[in-house]
Amino acid sequence: MALPALIFFIAFGVVPLLGVLVLSFCQWDGIGDIHPAGFDSWHAVLSDPGLPHAIWVTFEVMILSWAVQTPLSLIIGVFLAGNQRYRELLAVLYFIPLLLSSAALAVTYKALLDPNFGLGPGLHFSLLTRDWLGKGGLAMGVIIFVVSWQFIPFHALIYQGGVRQIPASMYEAAALDGAGRVRQFFSITVPQLKYTILTSSTLMVVGSLTFFDLIYVLTAGGPGDSTRVLALDMYQQGFQANLMGPASAIAVIIVLLGLGLALLLRRIGGTGSQLEGV
Amino acid sequence: MATTLPTTGTEKLSSSAGGPTRRRRRGGERPNWLGGLLGWVWLAIVIIPIYWLVITSFKLQANYFGSNPLKPPTDLDFSNYKMVLDNDFASYFVNSVVVAAGTLIPAVLISFMAAYAIVRGEGLFLKSTNSLFLMGLAIPLQATIIPVYLIIIKLHLYDTLLALILPSIAFAIPLSVLVLSNFIRDVPKELFESMRVDGASEWAMLWRLAFPLTRPALVTVAIYNGLQVWNGFLLPLIMLTSPSKRTLPLALWTFQGQYGVNVPAIAASVVLSTLPILVLYVVGRRQLLSGLTAGFSK
Repeated sequence: MALPALIFFIAFGVVPLLGVLVLSFCQWDGIGDIHPAGFDSWHAVLSDPGLPHAIWVTFEVMILSWAVQTPLSLIIGVFLAGNQRYRELLAVLYFIPLLLSSAALAVTYKALLDPNFGLGPGLHFSLLTRDWLGKGGLAMGVIIFVVSWQFIPFHALIYQGGVRQIPASMYEAAALDGAGRVRQFFSITVPQLKYTILTSSTLMVVGSLTFFDLIYVLTAGGPGDSTRVLALDMYQQGFQANLMGPASAIAVIIVLLGLGLALLLRRIGGTGSQLEGV
Repeated sequence: MATTLPTTGTEKLSSSAGGPTRRRRRGGERPNWLGGLLGWVWLAIVIIPIYWLVITSFKLQANYFGSNPLKPPTDLDFSNYKMVLDNDFASYFVNSVVVAAGTLIPAVLISFMAAYAIVRGEGLFLKSTNSLFLMGLAIPLQATIIPVYLIIIKLHLYDTLLALILPSIAFAIPLSVLVLSNFIRDVPKELFESMRVDGASEWAMLWRLAFPLTRPALVTVAIYNGLQVWNGFLLPLIMLTSPSKRTLPLALWTFQGQYGVNVPAIAASVVLSTLPILVLYVVGRRQLLSGLTAGFSK
């Protein structure tokens, strides 16, 4: 009964995974024949000064978006786990950003942040009136903001479910001992949510390697190459410059990064994590 | 937005996610002013861009520049919507529906069967199958897009909707199997035993016992993957060339180039492309929220 899923996964997951490794040693323009090319692509990719930069930008996006999303989702999740009716309403409204596609979001924020006709100049609010997508640091900030705006609701929901499974008696005992809300948060909630935090972080970290559509539509990697992550680099080399060999080499690097990070997170978490088999 | 107010959402939400501890207040009975304040601040951050989108979509381009961007237009103008709809919006919508349905139904069914086999069966084969799927969680499968593109070309499926559907099914499997197997594991063994005593086959147990009991997880998986596929951008961008095959996110991107500075028209196209999924959310939100909270944080 596992066979249909297995066949699909092998055909479009495992075979391409091996295929991307093979293609990184080949020469292919995306249309014509494929020729073996030895280490040419790897040589080209590894000697390109753009690669360390793209890896750095990828890590920047990953770490910054994790660092912004995790505390906020945790706090919002804990808050939503309370039982007043209005919090249920908030949970419903909070979820809306997840329904918009990254392409839709990129298009929307591009208009909102326009330095001439966007929200800032329209409201005569000088703090918001900047060339948001025209300066490297600011563009990175915008990407982190939009990613967080889109995905915090999802992770907050995961945390909300996690908090609801913490036994109430632990809080009652802590309250009897005189622990305040902040103390309870750090001594009970956070440790009890350890595996939830790991699951959510793994999803965030591996997911951030695939941020492509948002960055592609929002900045196309610019200004300059300040937001050109590996996934974008792969797309541009492969499907715009028709260099499938080097693009495959970059894809191999992305796969290795994903596996390495997942293993690292698992090591941090030890056993018991939801993603144990990884 | 007012129609999204839950009327009896509380019980359902917490009963499937909270078990016996559903009524509790952390930190005693003091109201949490800071948390409350931050909660409303976050709501503003979430809602303002959406509000802006909606009101802008009803503005005339001439009135858009220079007017207060957060002030609703004095009279609703539907010309932006008319323009977007005249631009083949319906066919993009149909393409998106075909791709989403074509992916979801097989993906959920085969993932469910695999999850059932992994939980109920034993042996090295199933164990390694499970490990393989779990490995898929750690690998950003989009990184394998170049060989997938090659396979699609070799199958002569380039520039067809199947070129989006087949890889999407495969990409959906790892997480679906994980969530579904977590759920099936919770079905009491005795239920299977008693059905077996009654002479039921494995196939019958799969569909008549496990399937209905796993319904919340099935819905979760369907919605989660549905969102991924509906909003997918990379596959359509790579696999399609004909404008008539475009799905909504890709169409949105090309609209942006077409309309240029006509922001109200772009806003209308964003609203229109999100509207169907928003309607589904309003209808199925309880199931969705409870399924997601339970499905990902077991």
